Amino acid sequence: MLPGAEILIDCLEKEDVEVIFSYPGGAALDIFDAFLKSKQIKNILVRHEQGAAHAANGYARASGKVGVCVATSGPGATNLVTGIATAYMDSVPIVIITGQVSTSLVGTDAFQEVDITGITDPITKHNYLVKEACDLPRIVKEAFYIAKSGRPGPVLIDIPKDILSRLVDYKECTQVELRGYKPKITGHVGQIKQVMELIKEAKKPLICAGGGIICADASAELLELAENAQIPVVNTLMGVGSIPLEHPLALGLLGTYGLAKANIAVQTCDLLISLGMRFDDRVTGSIEKFAPKAKIIHIDIDAAEIGKNVRVDVPLVGDLKIILNQINSRLQKKKNPQWLAEIEEIKEKYKIYVPAILEAGGSDVISTAEVMKRLNESLPTDIIMTTDVGQHQIWAGQFFNAKSPRSFISSGGLGTMGYGIPAAVGAQIACPKHTVLVITGDGSFQMGMPELGTALEQNLPLKIMILNNQTLGMVKQLQDHYCEGRYSSVHFRKNPDFGHLALAFGALSLKVTKQEELEEKIKQFILHEGMAVLEIVTSSKENTYPVVISGSGLDEMVGLG
Amino acid sequence: MKHTLAVLVENQPGVLSHVAGLFARRGYNIESLAVGETEDSSISRITLVVEGDEKVIEQVSKQLNKQVEVIKVNDITNDEIVVRQLLLLKVAADLAARQEIMQIVEIFRCRIVDIGKRSLIVEATGDEEKIQAIIKSLRPFGIQELVRTGNVAMVRGVK
Ligand SMILES: Cc1ncc(C[n+]2csc(CCOP(=O)(O)OP(=O)(O)O)c2C)c(N)n1
Repeated sequence: MLPGAEILIDCLEKEDVEVIFSYPGGAALDIFDAFLKSKQIKNILVRHEQGAAHAANGYARASGKVGVCVATSGPGATNLVTGIATAYMDSVPIVIITGQVSTSLVGTDAFQEVDITGITDPITKHNYLVKEACDLPRIVKEAFYIAKSGRPGPVLIDIPKDILSRLVDYKECTQVELRGYKPKITGHVGQIKQVMELIKEAKKPLICAGGGIICADASAELLELAENAQIPVVNTLMGVGSIPLEHPLALGLLGTYGLAKANIAVQTCDLLISLGMRFDDRVTGSIEKFAPKAKIIHIDIDAAEIGKNVRVDVPLVGDLKIILNQINSRLQKKKNPQWLAEIEEIKEKYKIYVPAILEAGGSDVISTAEVMKRLNESLPTDIIMTTDVGQHQIWAGQFFNAKSPRSFISSGGLGTMGYGIPAAVGAQIACPKHTVLVITGDGSFQMGMPELGTALEQNLPLKIMILNNQTLGMVKQLQDHYCEGRYSSVHFRKNPDFGHLALAFGALSLKVTKQEELEEKIKQFILHEGMAVLEIVTSSKENTYPVVISGSGLDEMVGLG
Repeated sequence: MKHTLAVLVENQPGVLSHVAGLFARRGYNIESLAVGETEDSSISRITLVVEGDEKVIEQVSKQLNKQVEVIKVNDITNDEIVVRQLLLLKVAADLAARQEIMQIVEIFRCRIVDIGKRSLIVEATGDEEKIQAIIKSLRPFGIQELVRTGNVAMVRGVK
């Protein structure tokens, strides 16, 4: 006989859990007590439950394993919600464990009771309210299986306090039996034939690589397809790193905040092979005007994504790695000099965007394009970049010289400010040898800042680069585009001294106010052994370009210079 | 167009709210919903009538299929199906009206299941059309209370 909490820990160990990110509370006391007995699981105390969920997310995205976070009932559970939604939107496999009030109190509005399974129903792949301690082994097993298989996502397990302490017979669960859940793995052979046919016929094929390539560990297969059939590749924000940015066939980020060359390629191609992506409006711009000349092949593990947003000529459901292997094994090498020459022309014409600074004039202003260039020059090979949300995120997505999958971690679907720092905590714990760099803004930094406390306690040598434009830049930009420049609640009249904050968290504190200092300070920043914060003072006027205004097609970009 | 979906789900608490929540969230319109245990007590069957074009129904089915507790979704709209709903209707019936009401009940082959001083309860099963017709015929007498279930449906013959 074992108490529920110890059974839980044993089950987590059996799922090879090595780290959990957690924050304690009354309803979860037994879980934390039981963690003391585990030699395998390292329990990392965060500073805010949202940070625990984001850290589990960053850990999962960096490592490819399931991330785990734990919180108490009530406010602990509700503080997780943004983190769970963030993971849901980006299909990140995490398991969330919450303490709950005792079974006899459930439904009575007891102290610190919330219906967290109800609240998270729309933002979890699945969730459980545990009714009997003896169900724990099965539920934990299922939760991990559901989180990581098929289209990954967050799974929540809510465990009442009495179940955690109740002694029951522990029978291990070794097999998952879910008759309603059978993810489709291999691609339909008939459809694959059609794909081969379309690839053969296409004169101007283009691949769009999404986050699915990275979840499925299918980068090598993607490269094989692209290289053997000579197909250029654009990527979504979630797909950054699926192909090295410097690869001759790579065109980079597409979408309403994408690169001109990528967007023009989409509007020019006659076949769009969409891999593991979901045609979010940030990707397509106006749906009616999206890829007007192209037939569309859509390959995704989630059947519900196919045909949801765009018309699809050939749908194919299954695991990308397996399907790409199915395709590659049937593929005949193909050359396509004419199309590649046209792509080269597009690349040349839209070479790096010109106007970096349209609104922000003056030579004393630090250009963010220059920042990204200098940063790229200083980055080591083993780098993981996380971002917050805003203009800095767009610049990072456009310019980060990603060399490998899982090197770029950003909240793509939900766009959650405050994600970057906790996600970096998770990534650094997953990959202790990597340089983990956060790109953030002065707004986002102040949302994620508490987790610097976690980084301090865990001795994590995070590198945090704040692009301080004293502004909620991205919203300011929206007000430029959609409110005729009437600014409302976007300028911080006062900001804390970020340098002092850095020192308070035991980090090296660096600041750049002149472009000439960039190179040296960035080097010093990256090479510093411990945690370092580099604040770069930029213009509050600068916008990201090009941009596709709402209602326009991807080729109707503003700010091309 | 109206579609009838037969959805097999795990017979567990919470499943119905899952399914209903999904419809509300994604803005689909449920015309009617009926749920109950099947021949296998671990499985419930939800019969859903949903309004929408092909594209909407395809999304509905796919989203339903994605739910872990949903075992199978069948769109049986175009199959040969038997569709029934149940109606209970309390109609005002003074002595003068009773005779006429009884006749209507007979014509529609429904039943009187309760006789009160001034009212009768009529029970009827049938498809949407028949139920509507009964309600229409009894309306002039004064309907005091009316309750009906959603459709349940079954495909005819061996499938
Ligand atoms: C939690 C949250 N609240 C609000 C927003 C809306 N929003 C998107 S970008 C942005 C501004 C971000 O400012 P900052 O972090 O300073 O970055 P910048 O755009 O200036 O680079 C805001 C408020 C959001 N994405 N997330």
